[in-house]
Amino acid sequence: MTDTIFALSSGQPPAAVAIIRISGPRAGAALEMLSGRLPVPRRATLTRLLDPVTGEGLDRALMLWFPGPASATGEDLAELHLHGGRAVVARVMLSLSAIESLVLAEPGAFTRRAFEHGRMDLAEAEGLSDLLFAETEWQRRSALVMAEGGLSARVKGWQDRLLGLSAEVEAMLDFADEGDVEDQGESVASLNARIAILAADIRVMLDRPSGERLRDGIRVVLAGPPNAGKSTLLNALAGREAAIVSPRPGTTRDTIEVPLGIAGRPFLFIDTAGLHEGTGDEIEAIGMDRAHAAIGAADVILWLDETSESPAPERTIALYPRGDAEGRSMSPNGDMIVVSAASGAGLDALVAAILERADHLLPRTGEIALNRRQRECLASSHAALQTDDDLLIVAENLRVARADLDRLTGRAGTEDMLDALFGKFCIGK
Amino acid sequence: MTDRFDIIVVGGGHAGCEAAAAAARMGARVALVSFARDSIGAMSCNPAIGGLGKGHLVREVDAFDGLIARAADHAAIHYRMLNASKGAAVQGPRIQADRKRYKDAIHTLLDDQAGLHIVEDEARALTLDHSDSVTGLALGSGRILSGKAVVLATGTFLNARMFCGADIAVGGRVGERAAQSLGDQLRARHLPIGRLKTGTPPRLDGRTIDWGVLEEQPSDGGDWTMSPLGPGRAAPQLFCAITRTNARTHEIIRAGLDRSPLYTGAIGAQGPRYCPSIEDKVVRFGDRDGHQIFLEPEGLDDPLVYPNGVSTSLPADIQTALIRSMAGLERAEIVQPGYAVEYDHIDPRALDASLAVRAIPGLYCAGQINGTTGYEEAAAQGLIAGINATAFAGGRAPLILDRASSYMGVMIDDLVLQGITEPYRMLTARAEYRLRLRADNASTRLTSIAQAVGCLGSARADWFNSRIRVREALLTKLEKESVSSERFAEAGVDVSRDGSRRSLFEWLRFPNVDAAAISRVSDVFDNVDPALIAEIAEDAHYAPYLARQEAEIRGLRANESVPIDPALDYRAIAGLSNEMTERLERARPETLAAAGRIRGITPAALSAILVHAKRRAA
Ligand SMILES: Cc1cc2nc3c(=O)[nH]c(=O)nc-3n(C[C@H](O)[C@H](O)[C@H](O)COP(=O)(O)OP(=O)(O)OC[C@H]3O[C@@H](n4cnc5c(N)ncnc54)[C@H](O)[C@@H]3O)c2cc1C
Ligand SMILES: Nc1nc2c(ncn2[C@@H]2O[C@H](COP(=O)(O)OP(=O)(O)OP(=O)(O)O)[C@@H](O)[C@H]2O)c(=O)[nH]1
Ligand SMILES: [Mg+2]
Repeated sequence: MTDTIFALSSGQPPAAVAIIRISGPRAGAALEMLSGRLPVPRRATLTRLLDPVTGEGLDRALMLWFPGPASATGEDLAELHLHGGRAVVARVMLSLSAIESLVLAEPGAFTRRAFEHGRMDLAEAEGLSDLLFAETEWQRRSALVMAEGGLSARVKGWQDRLLGLSAEVEAMLDFADEGDVEDQGESVASLNARIAILAADIRVMLDRPSGERLRDGIRVVLAGPPNAGKSTLLNALAGREAAIVSPRPGTTRDTIEVPLGIAGRPFLFIDTAGLHEGTGDEIEAIGMDRAHAAIGAADVILWLDETSESPAPERTIALYPRGDAEGRSMSPNGDMIVVSAASGAGLDALVAAILERADHLLPRTGEIALNRRQRECLASSHAALQTDDDLLIVAENLRVARADLDRLTGRAGTEDMLDALFGKFCIGK
Repeated sequence: MTDRFDIIVVGGGHAGCEAAAAAARMGARVALVSFARDSIGAMSCNPAIGGLGKGHLVREVDAFDGLIARAADHAAIHYRMLNASKGAAVQGPRIQADRKRYKDAIHTLLDDQAGLHIVEDEARALTLDHSDSVTGLALGSGRILSGKAVVLATGTFLNARMFCGADIAVGGRVGERAAQSLGDQLRARHLPIGRLKTGTPPRLDGRTIDWGVLEEQPSDGGDWTMSPLGPGRAAPQLFCAITRTNARTHEIIRAGLDRSPLYTGAIGAQGPRYCPSIEDKVVRFGDRDGHQIFLEPEGLDDPLVYPNGVSTSLPADIQTALIRSMAGLERAEIVQPGYAVEYDHIDPRALDASLAVRAIPGLYCAGQINGTTGYEEAAAQGLIAGINATAFAGGRAPLILDRASSYMGVMIDDLVLQGITEPYRMLTARAEYRLRLRADNASTRLTSIAQAVGCLGSARADWFNSRIRVREALLTKLEKESVSSERFAEAGVDVSRDGSRRSLFEWLRFPNVDAAAISRVSDVFDNVDPALIAEIAEDAHYAPYLARQEAEIRGLRANESVPIDPALDYRAIAGLSNEMTERLERARPETLAAAGRIRGITPAALSAILVHAKRRAA
């Protein structure tokens, strides 16, 4: 009987998650011995792993079961997604090596087996379920499993729009001589406009940060001049004295990170040193550099200065602080939210505004979270969607964009485009 | 003794003529069997050759030293480059032919071809040996021809029926018979046969048209031709004219629908979507207020005019009324009413990529019999079938052109993998590598392949060899000679003076740098054939896109190297839907990549096929 091989197939621990792959005829048996059962194929299942001999608890882990031949190696294949500490990984590897006819894989052994079973050419041909292999991170995986159908539907929508656009371009190219196809100049402009809109729609999906945000929290940076009340506001939001507050400008010198859950969403609030001309003080300068870096990486900026504009207005919620102070109960312009960290006034509105932003930054429950490979396909499709005055190049770009989407969900070939074309225009002599 | 041939070709249409001539160029002894010697080279319908997609095919056949382009040049009375304002990849050279001159040219080319023998007779039945391999052909006269391979190019003649209103006649073309017994034999061999229809407009007497009120469309200026080796623009040039259908025309058609065999149900077969009858146009696109109609003369001393755009099978009296409802045609006389033809075709998925019938070794099919429509489509298949029949007879490997090489490759791949649901016509949209498959670079793409299979006459070979030399030398010069932006600017070319230096080839990518601009700063183009300059300039202009496609094509060709057993039992593969199984069984793809191109075959299905195949092999 062929050996069953196993190996750590993610990077070296420590890491957030470590993945161990087991391939071969005893892969299923190994899963059963560690978890007590064989999970439903191709579904991420949460389980407690126990050492088969001692019964000692090893880890709470996610396991996946891919019966052959429809697996990456073409054999029965199992995956364990562990918490990625060194000790945990080493302990599980030890338990596996104690199981009969399981051996540690030589480098490249998985690839060789995949090749032997004719799975090698599938690098491009895996179905969506195979994409699960590319996953590394468990929160994201569960989101993906739920959302798979959703992504296909979305991609299908884009494919249809692309097919429609291609059909129009092809009608102009192949049937230009027939009066029945619309006037050129005008329709080229309208085509380009619609290509830009489609590109923007795909961009929205690409911009959706998904997994990283779920895991690390949305980065909300409090920024503004010294003494604006940043640290006080942070403390008010956190409900505790996370940062030192004082009437002296320049109190906060380093960035302070405070993880917070609000309405079930994960956030990372970041207080920063006040921004100003600078006094030449070296520590102060470093603090401001860090503040700028935090602003650069922020998902949302709370900008506490009505006298200047945030460096990144599109990511900013503009605040009008100290709403309790004399004559400051009303914002001079309607776009700013009046808050008082002292009285708590306006905090509800601020939290609501933050949550609204959060909902654009997080995948909704059960919503589409792209994995790396899906993101790559989408990104290259998006990149191909360039407008151009040369219809031939527009057509070529659309073709490439379609091919990239096809890699996500399977092929929609030329015939589909022709169907769209003939359904839409009266062409032909 | 005289009845022994290497290759027997049935049908003297565009497919059959190219097949016979190609086989003979390759040195085979060829019989071209057709009902009537005189109708060899006839154009059954619109006497126009080329157009979008079709012009590409003409140039590709010409790159193999075929007949169609040279005959077209001899016959052309009107030249027009379609899409002239767009990139060369979608430009379609098209000519309007004088029917008689065209036929004469084909006859001359065939007569001059050594090894080609015309046999005027009916092909009644294939003769087969006990293993179902072709041994020859039985003729209506009782004669038997022996041959190693047979190419069927019988066009619309298999079990053909013609419809004009309620009148139904048996025949493949007005005034000609149908091929009944051959059709019966094919059905009896259980070849998958389908039925299609096509139509043709009425012919008008040009002397009864009021040309004065109509917009004229003159022949293109310039002196481009279909073939570089043809006679040039040999015939005098005429003009076409344009009229339109109108609300009254549409009313007349609607009122007559109950008498159109398309709508009474007399014709059940599917017609082409891109060449709809005027009935179809009015029914499906009723909101349009008019459709353009091109009035095309059929010949120099022929008063017949072809109204391009009113293909119909309505009864003759309605045809007259609808024609006369249009501007300029108020007093027009119909000489020959339009009609529809319904005919048998072979499901092309019964063929392999060499156009051989899988079930009958030695039998090849080409042209409309395979479900295509159009002279150019027929000619291209004829050429390939003729080459491959000859290769088969000589025990050599077939010539298979892939989708990245040519429109011919695209068409054959489409036919043998996807089959057809309507008469198949070439469109540039079908070619995914369109940017590199241009009508103007067909020789560069294909003539060396033609040379390798031995399909070039000596004149073509000489022309090509000298052209290659000129082309290589020119490319080298363009890449070597580097010019600064200042130099261009001083010569009055609109480029930014940024101090950059580039090779002339790179400069050609810039929108304002064309061949004329190059000539202002360099003498590389002096005394070079303008067609060659245009081809190279276009290559340079689209260079980045061509390079991207090049990379894609390398991937495609790598996947072509995984073969699939032609006898694979798809039903034994778990995970394939019934629909996929049926499509795979019909087309029997020869490689994994081909299977992947079949409509509806998903990546998951491909993996299932691959794994199954490897398991079996292990
Ligand atoms: C009514 C009509 C309208 C059309 N309209 C257009 C159009 O507008 N534009 C366009 O591009 N194409 C049109 N076509 C299609 C075009 O004519 C054909 O696609 C093309 O000519 C097919 O070429 P072929 O060589 O396959 O067959 P054909 O040109 O049909 O030639 C078949 C030959 O085979 C011979 N033959 C058949 N059976 C036998 C036998 N048993 N024994 C001996 N000889 C036999 C016939 O005599 C004929 O010479 C039309 C066709 C028809 C019939
Ligand atoms: N009245 C009133 N005073 C406030 C409010 N917020 C902050 N303050 C006061 O303003 C002073 C500065 O507050 P901080 O929160 O330290 O200001 P900061 O922006 O963090 O300042 P630096 O860290 O020095 O950049 C303190 O004395 C606070 O008590 C507010 O909403 N209302
Ligand atoms: Mg502070």
